[in-house]
Parts: sequence; structure tokens; C-alpha cells
Amino acid sequence: MTEIVSTEVATTRTITYRQALNETLRAELEHDDKVFLIGEEIGIFEGSYKITAGLLEDFGPDRVLDAPIAEEGFVGAALGAAMVGMRPVVEIMTINFSLIAIDQIVNHAAKMRSMFAGQVSIPLVIRMPGGGGQQLAATHSQNLEVWYAHIPGLKVVAPSTPADAKALLTAAIRDDDPVIFLENLSLYSAKGEVPDGEQIAEIGKAAVVKTGTDLTIVSYSRGTTTALEVARQLEAEGLSIEVVDLRSLRPLDRDTICASVKKTGHAVVFEDDWLSYGIGAEISATIGEGVFDFLDAPVRRVAAAEVPLPYAKSLEKAALPSAADLAKVVREVLNISSTPNDN
Amino acid sequence: MAAKARTRPESTVESTGGEPADTLRDYYERMSLVRAFELRSSEMYARAKIGGYCHLNLGEEATVVGLMAAIEARDYLFTGYRDHGYALLRGLSPERVMAELFGKVTGVSGGRGGSMHLFDSETRLFGGYGIVGGQIPPATGAALALKNQEAAGPDAAAVMCLLGDGTTNIGAFHESLNLAGLWKLPIVYVIVNNGLGMGTTVEKASAEPELYKRAASYRMPGVRVDGDDVLAVRDAARDALRQARESRQPVLLEVMCYRLRGHSVVDPARYRSSEDTTIAQQSDPVPSFRAKLITAGVLSETDAAAIDEAADVRVSEAVVFADESPEPDVDDLFKYVYATAVANMPAALPGEPVMDAL
Ligand SMILES: Cc1ncc(C[n+]2csc(CCOP(=O)(O)OP(=O)(O)O)c2C)c(N)n1
Ligand SMILES: [Mg+2]
Repeated sequence: MTEIVSTEVATTRTITYRQALNETLRAELEHDDKVFLIGEEIGIFEGSYKITAGLLEDFGPDRVLDAPIAEEGFVGAALGAAMVGMRPVVEIMTINFSLIAIDQIVNHAAKMRSMFAGQVSIPLVIRMPGGGGQQLAATHSQNLEVWYAHIPGLKVVAPSTPADAKALLTAAIRDDDPVIFLENLSLYSAKGEVPDGEQIAEIGKAAVVKTGTDLTIVSYSRGTTTALEVARQLEAEGLSIEVVDLRSLRPLDRDTICASVKKTGHAVVFEDDWLSYGIGAEISATIGEGVFDFLDAPVRRVAAAEVPLPYAKSLEKAALPSAADLAKVVREVLNISSTPNDN
Repeated sequence: MAAKARTRPESTVESTGGEPADTLRDYYERMSLVRAFELRSSEMYARAKIGGYCHLNLGEEATVVGLMAAIEARDYLFTGYRDHGYALLRGLSPERVMAELFGKVTGVSGGRGGSMHLFDSETRLFGGYGIVGGQIPPATGAALALKNQEAAGPDAAAVMCLLGDGTTNIGAFHESLNLAGLWKLPIVYVIVNNGLGMGTTVEKASAEPELYKRAASYRMPGVRVDGDDVLAVRDAARDALRQARESRQPVLLEVMCYRLRGHSVVDPARYRSSEDTTIAQQSDPVPSFRAKLITAGVLSETDAAAIDEAADVRVSEAVVFADESPEPDVDDLFKYVYATAVANMPAALPGEPVMDAL
């Protein structure tokens, strides 16, 4: 279902999301000597989440550059290198710390091509994980993707599988515009089949990752994993759920979303982020504009409680959207009373 | 390797000369308490009683005790996330600190902050911050307020802002020191230089690795002191605080110490050379201060053992308290989002409809 522009092979391997990223970075460092990596602790420490393991050793300190704790400085430096012909791939340790670099990203990287009438290209990738649920407390558990998805001039992708991690990262690195590449802490160890050989996804395309006829769940990143789990669980109860994985948050593939909802007549958006002004709000509005006449029930959003995420397990669990919350809302939208064995 | 290259100042207090025996004994008790608390925190993390990130003061005990002996109750303390020892010596009970680590409602931050975000308004421990450098601008602002609120003098309050060596590379550090230097604020910035920011040595992160020299750019005194020497740390911090209180002269104090273990409890620190690890272990301030006091006749071996035992018992009590305390009530999830009730406050749990049909 994934849109692939070029593909050479048929063989696949089952690897983790982490490994898919690592192999892709390696392949791109080999493919183009203008590509280099920059970020905190990506070399000697091999990355906070070990995404860059082994790369310093094999490519040396000019290609894998450890930066001091200076997000605004090194993101801006990567941007400058991109302006004069390099293809930097930045790792920001988590999306929370990108707020220190946001001026360089939003006021500069996103603006330059337009503001300078197309005279400069910004082939810059910024990789960073988001996500809560690991008791990292309020400042270290945010998603914030909507901050970037809101900005014209940026492209924002959020792969949910190892295969997409590979194909979208390759596409991002070869893209001539700044791409925000969103990872998720809880996806790094997730396994999936990944095709061998060069894979380049088309940025801006969603994928129907499971077909169904009764209701559409729209999600992205880790949320897609939960959506698929719920869809399969409800299938056992005789419900046919379609799952749309956004893959790209900007641009947004409105056609794929609307085509699915036109068919099913029901939609629920599942997101890890806070509800107000979120991705779900955009999806919901899109469905309202595009396929209002085909809706059999209002679109619902399942999102995080709007609170700085507390450390305590009890509160954290209550604040984050779960599979059970999603299943409950799907049933409500379809007007089905829940089964007694449901949690 | 890096550790060897680090220039450490000559210890100003080689002996315990002149210091009352009670004070020395007291300092050893505090060092022993921090050590016991941190070792137990590590153990509790391994037993999944503590979650998230957990950064320990192991190896930094003399620094923690020296700084906290210098600060006065009226002063404000801001720190990074490596904050357990400071909270304990600021006077918070081990029970309430351990309870915070356990995510319990009896914790210093109500279980909402965890290890990195200890806060206690009563003792003026003003956090506990997980974002590198996040504490530096607010600490500077607190000093700005103090300057407006009271006259300079020996009884005036000051701010102590702790930060790591790696943290001196973030913009907020430079912006804040410039403000403090420009506006003559009563603040002491303390760089707790343990030689590493995660896996990165000071030499690999800072173009001027003699970090106290960075003060020159802001026309403030820069002082470096041996962090394994509790008395030297205390005296240097007292002197810096005196300048802040009496002359509104901000000071940058660099305290040289070692991080005994990984960056956080889950980091095995494989990137560290065995030589560096050996140096860190050899300069461990807890056994060396203990030995020094025994040699000086301040403590007998039995006294020292009794102190260690008492610290361990104290921490055991804290663990029992933390374990038996309740988790925060889910009904209180939104309790602290705003100061007062506000119309239309979003308070839906995940999956709850945001609108009832009109
Ligand atoms: C803005 C920001 N960037 C990165 C991090 C991740 N991080 C947490 S601690 C740390 C190292 C800090 O080192 P140092 O200042 O020397 O303090 P130490 O841990 O040694 O006490 C890093 C990079 C963060 N928390 N915030
Ligand atoms: Mg350090």
C-alpha cells in the first residue's frame, strides 16, 4: 500500500525501527559525500537511543559530528551548511529540545527558499523522537508535531513502521527542502519487514494500512500501531475497521483520508498529542469539508489530556490515550455497546 | 585520559586544621547520607520503584555538602536535574525526596516532577530542571527581583544557580551571565564540573575548557576550586555569595569533581576510558574524607561505621515511607494546570467527548 517511487528488489528482512534508521543513515552516508550527521552524543556515545551506533567508527568525525549542548547553534550551523551545498542530517535528542532551536527552524530554514525567491535550497533533515509514556515528566514527554506541521516551507513526516522509516528517511535526505523527521521513543524497538535495496517514499502521501468498511481510524507514528491493534481486536467482534496512516503531516494527503471516510461513513482520529488545535482538529475539519454528506456520525478525536504530563505512573497513564480509549470511542461512534470483557 | 589532563587547583585545605571537630563530623554525616541515598536510588530504579530518568550525585558528595554548607536559608537555589543531594541538604526529609522519586503524592513535587524536578518553596529549593540550561534564566530573574526587593548587605539574600560543565555551552548560559554582569545581580553561578556531559568530555565540548575563565566575558570573577575538598568548596561558595549579597557582584564558581558512574542510572558508561574511571574512583571524596577524619582523630573507625550505618537506616525509613505512600489521585489530574478556575478549561480525559450535543 505504501507508495514507493523506485524499488529494485523483492527480498525483505525483519528488523527494528532503530536498525532501519541506522542502516539508512549508513546507506546515505555512502551514497552521497555531501551527507553528514550532526547532533549531541551521536558519535562516541552512539546516540542517546543508539540510532547512530557504529557510524563514527566507520565514517569518521567529519561525517559524524558530535556537537556540544547548543541546539540553536548546531541546528543553525547545519542550516548554513545546507545553504552552501551540503546535505546535513541533524539529530536532536528529543523533540522537546528542538524548542531551543525553533528560531533557526521556523524563522530561518522554513523561510529562505520563498523569501529569497528560490535562490537557495535547504536540503536539511532534522530527526527527533517525541512521545510520552516513559515517566519522563512534563518537559521530556511532549509530541509537538503540530508546531512544525503548521509551518509552510517545512515538510513533516512521521513514519510508523521500520519500512517507512527507511523509505521516508531516504526521501527526506534526498529532498531539497527542510524535512522534519519525527521518530517516537516507543517505536525504536518495534520490528517489521523492510525491503532490501534502495527505497524512496513519496513525501506527502498517506497509506491505507488496513482496509475495512465500517469506520476509518486516522493516525500516525506510534498511534498507527495502536490503531492497528484496536482494529484487529474489533475485527474479532465483527467490525470492519480501516486504518489510514498519515506518514506525512505536511503536506497532508487529504484525498486518501476523505476517500476512506467516504467509503466507511465514520471516522475517529487517534493522536498522542494534546487535543485542542491538534492534528486531529485538522483531520476533522478536512473530513467535514470533503465528505460531510457521507458521514453517518460526528468525527471524534482521541487525544491526550490537556495537562503538562505528570511523572507519577497513575497520572501519566490517565493522561495518555490508550487502545482501550480508542476502542471505546470507535464503539460509541458506531453506536455499539461495549462487550463485558472489555477493559 | 581527559581526566588526567584536567587542571585541578592545589587543595587549599590539605588538613582539617582549624575546623571544629563537630563541623567535620557533621559534614561527614551529610556526605554519608547523600552517598547512601544515591546508592539506594540506584537500587530502587533497578527494582522499578523509580522510573524515567534518574541522575545521581555519586562522586560529587563533597561538592554537594560544601555548597549546601555555604548557602543560607534565605537564599534561593536553582539546579539542574542532578538534584537529589541538594534537596536532602537543603533540609528536605529523605522521605519526601524518595517519595518524589517513587512518584507518590507525598513527594516534594507531589509525584508530578520525579527525580529531575524536585521543588520546595519553603526551603527555597526552586527546582530541579530537566531541560539543560533551563534553570539559568529564571535564576537570573530571581536575582533581579532580589535586587529590587532589598538592599545589599550581609543579611541580603542571594541566588545560587547550579549547572553542569556541558551546560555552559548553551545560549541561555551566556545570555544570562551577560545580564547578571550588566545589571550587577546577586547571583552565584556554580559550574559543577564533573568532566563529562553524558559521554562528552569538557575538552570536546568547550572551546575554552577552563570554564571559570568564561566569566571574563561578563566582567565577573571566575573562580575554580577542588570539588573533592568539602571545606574548600564551602569557603569558595561563601566568599562568592558574600560578594553577591554585599556588592551585587555576580560570580562564576567552577567546582572540579568526578562523576563516579554513568550519566544516569541506566548508562553503563562504556565510552569512558578505564584510566578515567580509575581516577574517578581514586578521588572518591567519601572514603577519602572518612580516612582523613580518622587520621586526624576526629572520628574513630567505630564512629565512622556508626555514621554510615545511621545514614543507611535513615534511607531505609525513607524507602518504607515512599513505598507505603499513595500515588496521586487521578481525579486530581488537572489540579495544578491553572491557579484559579477558568471558564471552559479543557479537562477531558482521553476519549471523552469535548462537546455534548447542543
Ligand atoms: C536542551 C537540552 N538538550 C539536551 C538535553 C539532554 N541532556 C540531558 S543531560 C545532558 C548532559 C549535561 O551535562 P552537564 O551539563 O555536564 O551536567 P551533568 O549531567 O554532568 O551533571 C544532556 C545532553 C537536555 N536535557 N536538554
Ligand atoms: Mg557534567
